[in-house]
Amino acid sequence: MSADSPVLQVEDLRIAFREGAAERAAVHGIGFSVAAGETLAIVGESGCGKSLTAFALLGLLPGNARARGRVRLEDHDILGLQGEAMRRLRGARIAMIFQEPMTALNPVLTVGAQIVEAIREHDAVSAAEARARAGALLARVRIPDPERRFVEYPHQLSGGMRQRVMIAMALACSPAVLVADEPTTALDVTVQAEILDLIDDLRRETGMAVVLITHDLGLVAEHADRVLVMYAGRAVETGSAASLFATPRHPYTRGLIAARPRIGSGARQRLAEIPGQVPSLGAVPRGCAFAPRCPAAGAPCRETLPLLEAAGAAAERVACLRWKDLHAPEQSPVSLDA
Amino acid sequence: MQMRVGGPLAAIRRFGQMVAVVVGIAVINFFLLHLAPGDAAQVLAGEAGSATPEYIAALRAQFGLDQPLAVQFAKYLANVLTFDLGFSFRQGLPVSQLILDRLGPTLVLMGVSITFAVLVGGTLGFVAARHAGQPLDTAISVLALLFYATPVFWIGVMLIVVFSVWLDWLPVGGMAEIGTGLTGLAHLVDVARHLALPALTLSLYYLAIYTRLTRAAMLEAYGQDYVRTAVAKGVRPRRIAYRHVLRNALLPVVTQLGLQLGAILGGAVLVETVFAWPGLGRLAFEALFQRDLNLLLGILLCSSVVVVLANLAVDLLYAVLDPRTARA
Amino acid sequence: MAGVLTLPATGPRRVGLLARLARRPSACIGLVLLGLVAGAGLAAPVLFPGDPLDMVGAPLQWPGTDPAFPLGTDMLGRDIAAGIAHGARISLMIGAVATLVALVIGVGIGAAAGYYGGHIEAALMRLTELFQTIPPFLFTLAIVAVLQPSIPTIVLAIGLTGWPALARLVRAEVLRLRDGELVQSSIVIGASDARIIGLHILPNVLAPVIVSASILVANAILTESSLAFLGLGDPNVVSWGAMVGAGREVIRTDWFVAAAPGLAIVAAVLALNLLGDGLNDALDLKRELR
Repeated sequence: MSADSPVLQVEDLRIAFREGAAERAAVHGIGFSVAAGETLAIVGESGCGKSLTAFALLGLLPGNARARGRVRLEDHDILGLQGEAMRRLRGARIAMIFQEPMTALNPVLTVGAQIVEAIREHDAVSAAEARARAGALLARVRIPDPERRFVEYPHQLSGGMRQRVMIAMALACSPAVLVADEPTTALDVTVQAEILDLIDDLRRETGMAVVLITHDLGLVAEHADRVLVMYAGRAVETGSAASLFATPRHPYTRGLIAARPRIGSGARQRLAEIPGQVPSLGAVPRGCAFAPRCPAAGAPCRETLPLLEAAGAAAERVACLRWKDLHAPEQSPVSLDA
Repeated sequence: MQMRVGGPLAAIRRFGQMVAVVVGIAVINFFLLHLAPGDAAQVLAGEAGSATPEYIAALRAQFGLDQPLAVQFAKYLANVLTFDLGFSFRQGLPVSQLILDRLGPTLVLMGVSITFAVLVGGTLGFVAARHAGQPLDTAISVLALLFYATPVFWIGVMLIVVFSVWLDWLPVGGMAEIGTGLTGLAHLVDVARHLALPALTLSLYYLAIYTRLTRAAMLEAYGQDYVRTAVAKGVRPRRIAYRHVLRNALLPVVTQLGLQLGAILGGAVLVETVFAWPGLGRLAFEALFQRDLNLLLGILLCSSVVVVLANLAVDLLYAVLDPRTARA
Repeated sequence: MAGVLTLPATGPRRVGLLARLARRPSACIGLVLLGLVAGAGLAAPVLFPGDPLDMVGAPLQWPGTDPAFPLGTDMLGRDIAAGIAHGARISLMIGAVATLVALVIGVGIGAAAGYYGGHIEAALMRLTELFQTIPPFLFTLAIVAVLQPSIPTIVLAIGLTGWPALARLVRAEVLRLRDGELVQSSIVIGASDARIIGLHILPNVLAPVIVSASILVANAILTESSLAFLGLGDPNVVSWGAMVGAGREVIRTDWFVAAAPGLAIVAAVLALNLLGDGLNDALDLKRELR
């Protein structure tokens, strides 16, 4: 597969929760694509719908949620696939790792058994062969002393080690796409970098596509090729990581960049610098959802919903009524730090 | 759910607990005896002068009733700790021997009942959880609720009406046919026929508990992150149910098993009385009926020790099931 | 689950407890059943005046043979329907009062253990463990046997053995609340312990205690009927358990004598359990109390 043809293509993905007879929309039609060997980061504060989007890709939404639109994985429409058809893809062609390595592993099974299970549910191999493969995977995710770790239980491993086990499990069947939902949020800062470097290396070796879900723009700069910024269930800006950092167009993106934890600042900050909160599902305002928190918002912003439009030379797109005003080179960027 | 400590540490803790329980129950028994109307010796010997004066004198000496309360208690405690539970005038045997003789049938009855209740209740709860919200789940839940609300003694009486009186399939009571002199397999079959109704009676209530418990624990486990991980890596639903959900749901069920043992012993009193099963419960009923309080209190003490010992077994089982407790 | 999957609570949450109960069919059945049992108990003196232990007709009349005795008569010619109605009174009364005793002990010990911590907590929890180890029914039996069966001793015995699970529950809740903001700020402004426990802690423990109470009443009714079945009931009042015990003598021919009062026990216990489950869901609690 050429690098240009996407292995994962999402079009107009909408997710809504059933509440009695009514439905409450949480994701309002987002689209993106990822090519083999590429990392796309989906960025936003918690509650913006990025994790829901990730869950929808694997059909892991809770029972009261419904996804519409289109998800194509290697030329197959997979959104809404049920039962066995979806199961065959999960773990085999599209795999996922989660935010909390502490609880994501089964406490009563050895890590080896859990990796072996991932292999044998998809590939008809002997138990011995599966064990050999699982051991090799543990070594490949750079777990020291893999033979010993193989027979240990999750509680005997550190958080970083458990996330490595999760990655080994996800890679068990060489998937085309790896979805990583806040893979390092629960880990120490030093371990964070190791895990993301590991994912980068494995991506380069295997040519898999990576969808990295994060709230931390700091990680995006180093580990993503392209970025999709989400706010209140909508894409507000997309583009290459380089251009997004060089010329952020949406006030929200600027806010995120300004709020990025800086090297040496110590504690991980959760974007506290943008005043206000993501609106809850029932309380999304008319017009631009970000307007109440936006220092640049004018009266039209509160009336008209901005749509994604091309901005800049490449594939950059932004959904803001005022991006041109804000982006005028002679004008100094609006400060969001106030 | 609170973490249990398993392994050798738990064994030591349980032993300490057993000593504490014995002392504690001795205190309670002693207290009860002094609460009863009249001289403790008269209470112990039973009502209405059926005991000989020598026996009453012997009791007085044994419990040191002519001495200060503290001395009385020390004597009583010393007796209890050496498993000297006194003599039953009514039965003409030492209390400890009476209890040991009757312990076997009770353990058989309880063992069969608990096994049946856990296996069937666990299966029903498992099926209900896998069909949560569907008619099958509702049917199982209603059944469990009915069993849970039905008094054990009444189930026993009604099972006798149906299976012994109407259908004449099974004996109404006892442990074996008297005077048949059956041996070997025939004897076992005979005992099993006598055991069927009492065991079923005793198990239905606990079957209901384990059904509800397994169902709730399974549903709880289904919501855990590791189940989502298993789904995400493409594990088949059946395998998820057995290997990931049930395996973890067993832990709270086993914990409850330990907590329920005392209650099951209580149920055994009723069942053994209904079916004339010659166990500890039936002995308790006889003691009650004859106002043989010393025997009754001895049974109370011994059954509490049985509960502690059974909890020790549960701890060991738990350590096997949950690797997190193994090295705690 | 990741935070995104739990939706923030929106819309009107403050719906009356009764309204929320009414939405659950099982809770409705429980309420109706309990209403029937309580109604029978309340109406007993009017519907069946006189002592239900008196002989009023020919013995062992089958239900339906004599319209005066819709549920028949037992071997002493006592009206079974009258016994069941008067028994409802006794059962519910003993169940309620015994539960009250258990509540006082359980909440007291649980709250003290949770609030004070340290040695007090350790001692109280050892005591609770001891009481949980002694088979509760045998213990009740011993207390009643020693003290002689009467309504007060039965109530006391059931209450004395029924509290441990409640104490553990209350302790856990209090532990959770004690370190909360409300209590901590009260300590800072110098409120007395009694005031803090009474004003800030107990009201917040109320919901799980209410749920437990309905289960405790059910268990107390079961225990009382079991005692009476074994002949340890108050001999001066009618009891469902004693009626089953008496009917046992004639099950070969007249099984209805034992069957009818047993069904009354099932109805009362089932009603209270359904209500407990319904309350549990309506109050949005996530715990199991046995």
